[in-house]
Amino acid sequence: MLTVLAAILGIAAVVGAYYAIHNEKLTAAIIASGIVGMVSSILFLLLAAPDVAMTEASIGSALTTAIFFFTLNKIRQTNG
Amino acid sequence: MDKKFMVALLVAAMAVILFPLFQSFEGGTQLSELGQYYTQNGVSDTGATNLVASVVVTYRGLDTLGEVTILFLAASIISFFLSVSKDDRIENRTVMSVTEILSTASQTLVPIIVLVGAYILVNGHLTPGGGFQGGAIIASGTLLMFLANPNHKLNHTIIHVIESTSGIAFVAIGVIGVLMMDGGFLSNKLFDLGTPGEVISAGAMPLINIFLGLKVGTELSNVLGIFVESQNEK
Repeated sequence: MLTVLAAILGIAAVVGAYYAIHNEKLTAAIIASGIVGMVSSILFLLLAAPDVAMTEASIGSALTTAIFFFTLNKIRQTNG
Repeated sequence: MDKKFMVALLVAAMAVILFPLFQSFEGGTQLSELGQYYTQNGVSDTGATNLVASVVVTYRGLDTLGEVTILFLAASIISFFLSVSKDDRIENRTVMSVTEILSTASQTLVPIIVLVGAYILVNGHLTPGGGFQGGAIIASGTLLMFLANPNHKLNHTIIHVIESTSGIAFVAIGVIGVLMMDGGFLSNKLFDLGTPGEVISAGAMPLINIFLGLKVGTELSNVLGIFVESQNEK
C-alpha cells in the first residue's frame, strides 16, 4: 500500500517537473514546480523524515513559489 | 532532431554510468559505527529525545552555524541588490483587490501558523522539527500576511535587532561551551540535562533552537519583505 502511494507520488513529482519545464505559460510552470515541492514533502514524510518534510513544505512549496511569482511580476514590470 | 538525439545520447550515457551503482546497491542491514554511537548514546549524551535535532544542534552544531551563515549571506546579498531607494519608490502601489476569503483567512490563520512555528521550534529537542523548520513555518505565516495585504511594511529595525541578537546569542552559547565546559563548541552541558522528554531539558538545546528559529524566521521574512518592496520600484 505504502509502496503504491509512494510510486504515485513519485510519478506525480516527475510529471510536475516535466510540466514545469515544458509549459509555455510561466505562471503555470511556477505552480507546477510548487506542486513538485508539495509532493516531495509528502514523500519525505512517507520515508520517515518529518523534519525534512516540514522544511520542504514551507520552503520548497510556499516560499520559493512566492519568490518566483514576485520575480516574474518584477520582470514583467521592467519589460513593460 | 540533432539536438534531441544528443540529449537522448546524454541520458543513455548517464544511465550506463549509474546502472552499476544501482545494480550493486544493497540496503545496509546495520547502522554505521557513527550511527550506532548516536542511537545508543544520543539520549544520555544530550538529553534530547529527537535524535536528529541532537545531531544537528549538538554533535554537528558547527555545520548548522555554517548553514546559518550561508542563509545570512544570501539574505544580505538579496537586500543589497533589491533594495529600492526612496526616490524610485511608488507609495501605496495599486494592487489587485484582495478577496474577502483571503483577507479573513489570513487574519485567522497567520497567528495560528506563527504559533505552530513557535511550538515546533520550542519542542525541537522532543519532537521532529527544530529551529530551521520552525523559522521556515513562521516565515510562511509572514508570506500569507503579505498576500492578504501587499502594501504592508515590515519594521526593518525590529527585524534586524532580533536577527542580529539571536545570531550573536547562538555563537555566544557555542563559545561559552568551548570556554567553560569540556564539551567543545555548542556543548549543551551548559545547563542541567534534566529528564529526557520534558520541555525544559536537554541542556542548552531548547535555547539554541529558539535563537536559531528566531534568526531563520526573521531572515526569511526579511527576504520576503524585500521582494515585496522591490515590486514598488518605478
